[in-house]
Amino acid sequence: MTDQPESFDIVSVGRALVDAAPPVTPRNVLHRGGDANPSADALKQQFGDAIIRSAVGWGETTVFVARAHVGEIIRWLHDDPAQQYDYLVDVTAVEYREAENPIEVVWHLRSLPYRRFLRIKTELKKGSPLEVDSVWGVYHGADWLERECYDMFGITFTGHPDLRRILMWEQYKEGYPLRKDFPLRGRFSRSEQLRQALAANPESRYSMEELTVAEAFTEIPDDMRRRLASGERTGE
Amino acid sequence: MATKTRTIEVELSTSGLDASGKPQRVPIVTNDGGTAIALEEPLAIEPDLDGEHMLLNLGPQHPATHGVLRLVLELDGETVVRCIPHIGYLHCGFEKTGEYRQYNQIIPWTDREDYLNAPGNNVAFALGAERLFGIDITERCTVLRVIACELSRMMSHLVWLGTTSIDIGAYTPFLWAFHQRELIYQLLESWTGARLTTSVTRVGGMMADIPDGWTGNLRKFLDGFIKVLDDVDVLLTRNAIWVGRTVGLGVMTPEEAVNYGLSGCMLRASGVSYDVRKDFPYLDYETYDFEVPVGVNGDVYDRYLVRMEEMRQSNRILYQALDRLPDGPINVDDARVILPTKKDATSGMESMIHHFKQVMEGPRPPVGEAYVAVESPRGEKGYYMVSDGSAKPVRWRIRPPSFVNLSAIPKMVEGHLLSDVIAINASIDVVLGEIDR
Repeated sequence: MTDQPESFDIVSVGRALVDAAPPVTPRNVLHRGGDANPSADALKQQFGDAIIRSAVGWGETTVFVARAHVGEIIRWLHDDPAQQYDYLVDVTAVEYREAENPIEVVWHLRSLPYRRFLRIKTELKKGSPLEVDSVWGVYHGADWLERECYDMFGITFTGHPDLRRILMWEQYKEGYPLRKDFPLRGRFSRSEQLRQALAANPESRYSMEELTVAEAFTEIPDDMRRRLASGERTGE
Repeated sequence: MATKTRTIEVELSTSGLDASGKPQRVPIVTNDGGTAIALEEPLAIEPDLDGEHMLLNLGPQHPATHGVLRLVLELDGETVVRCIPHIGYLHCGFEKTGEYRQYNQIIPWTDREDYLNAPGNNVAFALGAERLFGIDITERCTVLRVIACELSRMMSHLVWLGTTSIDIGAYTPFLWAFHQRELIYQLLESWTGARLTTSVTRVGGMMADIPDGWTGNLRKFLDGFIKVLDDVDVLLTRNAIWVGRTVGLGVMTPEEAVNYGLSGCMLRASGVSYDVRKDFPYLDYETYDFEVPVGVNGDVYDRYLVRMEEMRQSNRILYQALDRLPDGPINVDDARVILPTKKDATSGMESMIHHFKQVMEGPRPPVGEAYVAVESPRGEKGYYMVSDGSAKPVRWRIRPPSFVNLSAIPKMVEGHLLSDVIAINASIDVVLGEIDR
């Protein structure tokens, strides 16, 4: 390579704003305790009772927040100049083996400028509707992550623009695969799964939104559209 | 969006030499939108025909979708108006299965999710599990894991380079890249016995030490590797077709890239120098001397440049790792996770009981949870594990970088031509095994 194209520049520094010492590989990480992420205290000051508790384990700070305040808390973490959690790593959920434990929804956030990592959790009691605020308005990256969480756990993210199944197909009827009451081999027998796969209409692989683009869609009668949407084999 | 005119020199003909024997170069100019302006005046555009939009189903079985990805495209003529991706064709419930497996039994599953980065995934999983157990690995193991990670980064980028150049119409780089990849596979085969599904780590150490003479072979490979990269560079970087088909496509601004949660080369090509190895280091990466390449324009061409440079940096890291590779044990001295030696297990009663319990019941980490991320070739690959004190995780979550990267594809392709969808999709470097899990 004689000359680099001008559009290409090699930099070795991170994006961090702070003049803190460069990060190092963590060693001898404590199981409990250790340095808490300063954002945990800041959250407690800002939101008071909406912050239920925070804990440090294996070097990571987890903040439990009240379900009703998730949206505003995460938006604050994103917008506040002293926090700047600009990067959403992951949205997922945890269900414990003990049936009485609530389902936890987990957000992993990173602040790239401050090189911080924070885990936000909220508990959803079983028996009550599994609903929590969507953070799609703050992070567009939450789109598919929330859809996956809905697909696998049945948690509804209110405010998500397009909450539908993502890994399983739209007509999937067996429930939510990552729930603990879902058997490893699935709810339906192999023969039933095969029967359903063979009975499915190929057109049902398209969503209704997509089919509206197709020619002749306007000529399909209403009841047939409904049957297409439900995945039932039509016609022959 | 940064709107600046940039000039990239391209070589026009294949011989590319002028009368004096120097490479002939003609600047290609990009307009405000970043799109390359053709070297010749474009033909007059035909009057816009008023017609219906067309629905095109791309995939799931199409070589250019790099796996089993299906894109439903709404086209206005040849322009993509809307793109609706469908995934899940390879979904096999890795995370669910992990809840029924002991920690060491999950390691073979990590080979199979992002199958181009198997050693890197093994390392990432082992690091996560060791965090749960509170184990610090030995010096030699740390360096061996760096070697595994960087080799798999090269391997994955080589596949990316080969398949992308085929998608865009260059066949030679494919053959060269896959030859180099084959050499890496031979190295891995002599180390682990497997080529694709390496399962090279165990919780607390490695599955095996490297065989005699392996470091020499690796050095030999590294010496030849840069030359191949230089050759590919000559073929592609200033190639008029390559530049014309990649510049200005699928642009993501830095703010958008961060907001969409992109990571790896996708994020860095947009100008955000976030690399897990630098910002949240693991395996002593802070002690290696390497640089993080960062693009400016966030288009397909910059992603290509970033990936090419990353392979060179991996090469540098591997030389340093070979230089510092210390002697010593590869496994920690921790009876909770490490099996007794074969000799002990077959001769001593205590060791035999230990071996039996270790295999049948499995090691039990304390109650807790850990999220450990590594820089995979596709970006931030994280494993989030929750333990309730039993031998099997309550929850094993894969943070799939290409899943999040792919979720931005509607944003990137809308407004571009159908043929550009292939180039943009290739630039994401998707591995559907990881996306669907």
